Amino acid sequence: MNSMNESSRSSTTIAIQASLKKRYARERRFQWYGRIAVLTGFVFLFILLADIVVKGTPAFTQHFIKLDIDFNAQEMGVGQTPSTGELAAADYSAVVKSSLREMFPDAKGRSEKKALYRLISIRAEYTLRDMVLENPALIGTRAEVWLLAHSEAGSYLKGQVDPATPESDRRVKDMQIAWLDTLAQAGRTESRFNTTFFLSGDSREPELAGIKAALYGSFYTLLVTFCLAFPIGVMAAIYLEEFAPRNRLTDLIEININNLAAVPSIVFGLLGLAVFINFFELPRSAPLVGGIVLSLMTLPTIIITSRAAIQAVSPSIHEAALGVGASKLQTVFHHVLPVAMPGVLTGSIIGMAQALGETAPLLMIGMVAFIMDVPAGVTDPSTVLPVQIYLWADSPERGFTEKTSAAIMVLMAFLILMNGLAVYLRKRFELK
Amino acid sequence: MRQEGGLASLHSLPNHYGYMAAVWAALPAILVLLLWMAFESSILHRLVIAQLPQNVQEMPADELGLYYNQIRGFASGAIDSAQLDRSQIEAAEYYSRVAASFSQLKAVIVVLVAVIGTLLALRRVTPLFRARNHVEKIFEWLLFGCSFIAVLTTLGIVLSVMFEAIRFFQIIPLQDFLFGLQWSPQMAIRANQVAASGSFGFVPLLLGTLLISLVALLIAVPIGLMSAIYLSEYASRNFRAITKPVLEILAGVPTVVYGFFAALTVAPFIRDLGESLGLNVASESALAAGLVMGIMIIPFVMSLSDDIINAVPVSLREASLGMGATMNETIRKVVLPAALPGIVGGVLLAASRAIGETMIVVMAAGLSAKLTINPLEAVTTITVQIVTLLVGDQEFDNPKTLAAFALGLVLFFVTLLLNFIALHVVRKYREQYE
Repeated sequence: MNSMNESSRSSTTIAIQASLKKRYARERRFQWYGRIAVLTGFVFLFILLADIVVKGTPAFTQHFIKLDIDFNAQEMGVGQTPSTGELAAADYSAVVKSSLREMFPDAKGRSEKKALYRLISIRAEYTLRDMVLENPALIGTRAEVWLLAHSEAGSYLKGQVDPATPESDRRVKDMQIAWLDTLAQAGRTESRFNTTFFLSGDSREPELAGIKAALYGSFYTLLVTFCLAFPIGVMAAIYLEEFAPRNRLTDLIEININNLAAVPSIVFGLLGLAVFINFFELPRSAPLVGGIVLSLMTLPTIIITSRAAIQAVSPSIHEAALGVGASKLQTVFHHVLPVAMPGVLTGSIIGMAQALGETAPLLMIGMVAFIMDVPAGVTDPSTVLPVQIYLWADSPERGFTEKTSAAIMVLMAFLILMNGLAVYLRKRFELK
Repeated sequence: MRQEGGLASLHSLPNHYGYMAAVWAALPAILVLLLWMAFESSILHRLVIAQLPQNVQEMPADELGLYYNQIRGFASGAIDSAQLDRSQIEAAEYYSRVAASFSQLKAVIVVLVAVIGTLLALRRVTPLFRARNHVEKIFEWLLFGCSFIAVLTTLGIVLSVMFEAIRFFQIIPLQDFLFGLQWSPQMAIRANQVAASGSFGFVPLLLGTLLISLVALLIAVPIGLMSAIYLSEYASRNFRAITKPVLEILAGVPTVVYGFFAALTVAPFIRDLGESLGLNVASESALAAGLVMGIMIIPFVMSLSDDIINAVPVSLREASLGMGATMNETIRKVVLPAALPGIVGGVLLAASRAIGETMIVVMAAGLSAKLTINPLEAVTTITVQIVTLLVGDQEFDNPKTLAAFALGLVLFFVTLLLNFIALHVVRKYREQYE
């Protein structure tokens, strides 16, 4: 019976059965390709984030070194009872240097002494000056003072320098390592949270550089962007959804919005340079121009998402309002827009997040200046966080690499916050 | 009979009459103010130049521009008098006088316009006047104006970039730019210097841009497409709900972060890898920039392909599966061919993204323009050159600066063309299945 059945099967069935195994294997392989593709995406994301977190975390701490400072009036170049003006202009680096020499008498010759002085940041002078100005009685006394370490000394204390590498390949030399080890064993080094990073502007010295100026610049730029892009975007969306007649002009506007969404951001920078800076002569490097350029860039995003939100409002609200005699404008502003607001806000926040991360157009309008001071308004020269990241990434100093990663972490934290807010709003909107 | 007096006798709500007065007071005044601000500096310029001695007025345009800037700088107190000649100081005094009277005049005119506007509006306020319709008509125009900004922006981009580019092509012939094989925009400072002319051949930049974009697409298209297929055809609902947003984080990472990652992590890694294999890899290789750019556009390709694959009718899939085809045979022989036009459109959109991307290449690609298709060498791109030419001080009559605008023009039209074709293809594809 069995053999009868086998032979009665057509040759096609046999051929198919023979190929089935191969086909199933191919099916499994295909699924695996898919899994591998998804996994590759995950791996890329993980490497990217891990790389930045690993590089950036050390920047949030800073090392301090405790020195015995002898506030010797003679060495500081002031009299025994100096005036405040004299104290402000006194030579504080001299006392730091003599304290270091006293502690490490083995430093002989110019270059060795120079290496010794390089353990302490130049901030030390200002720390001492502020101490003395606050308490002039310190003159002539000795005191233990915690002073900020130089970025290179700090990187050794953080364990980023391997003493086993050849001396010529590293910035921290053998002598400095020996001194730092001595200091560490004597309990004269300490790691603290890096407040400088959040409380100061850019600096040539990695240990003194911070993101405060860039944060304010970003804030002012986004403020201008929001004040322009939000009302204009929402009003444009209202017009296109509720008022626009079907004609050529409306088509032209819609095509333009869709095309602008795909124009490379650097082209908006060229527009800003040629029109706002060159033609209207607005100030260079200012958040005002940056904000205008970014608002033109984010307008398409805001218009497109706002239109979708307005479209999603139920027609019954519309008709009810019109039915009781509201005009079209009253219907939109009193009834449709409040219902669509969460969707509109979600789109705007996403647009703002885009603007916050944008760099290229701002390079065009000169926001790449070296900014130490916090800008006080929208017309002051300033830089923004992504541009600060670009500037630090370009800097040859090793100490800036960890600053760059740390600044990226701050930027990403803001972006996550903004996107999280957008997701929250969308969720609440969906519940209604 | 209408009753006299009381709110009922008004055509509109009282606040509409108020709105009307406010709009008439504010709008014309703001318009006048904006127009004034737009043209004030150029009128000042004309007036001051006309006051200057004849020999100064006949100076070449760039020297005259510098001369005028010094006058302005002195008037605003930024430059001290030591650097200036007598006629400049006189001109600066004249400039300050005119500027002061201009700002007084501005205030007077703006206030006058506001007052006249208000009076005109007040004259028209009568109980029968249709204030609501009037205000709403104005508002509708305002709304239209807001949406018209999109057109103005495009117009602004085209005109500003075109205008500077035309000035560039008056100095450097168009065919030299389009077909020249060498790009070295170093212009001499003095006209009679040896080797005074830089070369502005666009071909190496185009080749470099295409090379990096090609590497990016070779990374992003297979990964993005396969992920989209897996997520839409195989993955469970839950897996999809978690995976998609996580992969889309890649699209939200700022480009400057990718640039940093490319320049400081990927490029050295690829260089060391190449060295250990005995290959000579440049530290700013096209491969590194392209790889990172590819990572950036994975989610872009993924969500576009996802939309397109989902738009393929279920009936096609069911027919194929009903005939006994396996899932992957259905996908490869039915779904993908059906989705092909849409996927091509998506890839074109991704290509236009890659071509216009700036920060990754500025930070990780090279500066020197080489004619090569070897991804291990350093190449430069259109966007890198725009940034290098324009960052720092610029003078608007130097071919170097103008060249950036010519590149910008090319970039704008290339991306526009790619987008136009892509959107057209995608729309045609969607219509096919509707």
